[in-house]
Amino acid sequence: MSARAESVWRAPLILWAVLVGLLALSVAVTEAPLGSAKTPISLAIAGVKAVLIALVFMRLNRASILVRLAAGAGVLFTAFLFLLTAGDYLARS
Amino acid sequence: MADSAPLHEPWESHARQREATVFGLWTFLASELLLFGGLFLVYAIHRWEDGPAFSKAAAHTDMWLGTLNTALLLTSSAAIAVAGRALEAGRARTAVIGVWVTLLLGLGFLVVKAFEYRKDLHEHLWPAPDFALAEPAARIFFGLYWTSTGLHALHVTAGLVLIARLAWMAHRGLLMKRPESMEATSLYWHLVDLIWVVLYPCLYLVGR
Repeated sequence: MSARAESVWRAPLILWAVLVGLLALSVAVTEAPLGSAKTPISLAIAGVKAVLIALVFMRLNRASILVRLAAGAGVLFTAFLFLLTAGDYLARS
Repeated sequence: MADSAPLHEPWESHARQREATVFGLWTFLASELLLFGGLFLVYAIHRWEDGPAFSKAAAHTDMWLGTLNTALLLTSSAAIAVAGRALEAGRARTAVIGVWVTLLLGLGFLVVKAFEYRKDLHEHLWPAPDFALAEPAARIFFGLYWTSTGLHALHVTAGLVLIARLAWMAHRGLLMKRPESMEATSLYWHLVDLIWVVLYPCLYLVGR
């Protein structure tokens, strides 16, 4: 394989293997006797997968500041959505 | 490679044109994140308020079909990622094959979903008078299940239309000439995958 051919396949294939591995891990976690730790672990695994998809498949790791800001804005405002709602519920007596 | 593509106003260079596409797409994707974020928020609220009764309802979803669908979407994302990189490297044939593989895997997702929905309806998991589970929290869980998977499936369908358009462009010899189309479609498809990746544990892995 020429160097160019490799670079087309390499990153996507490696990431695919990692993502499928994490998928298998999350199924294993669900089947394992881990009690109440299962949900946070599964969600954490999903979070890792999401970040990897964003960085590698969606190429945020190589994007300009402007593009990263746009992506970051989405995350930030979603965080506001959750934070302010959580503030409401936690402040209820 | 990009220099053969048409340069639209108001951009002065292909680099700026491409940057504008990616920036504009991400602004749109940010709004999509907020759309699904709202559904995830409602899920979080009910999980917080209704506790075990809410989560236990999730045991009635089909984990294996959900896992299969996750694997299909992950692979389709990899396929379109390869297609995008191949297009940049000037390897049109690899790019076209990647587009077709993405399309087929995406269609596979919808087919599996159709079987899954049929199974769910057969088990009376649609919130109707004959709903299978007694607890009100279970009804809410499944309300969220149908809403979020339905909305996601609509997004998958829209994505498949865009990917089919890429295949049509390839047929007309336009894929190399309009690299922004591949870039934009690709980003949208990855987001559809990303949302499912977070939806999957929420709907299929909790409460077991």
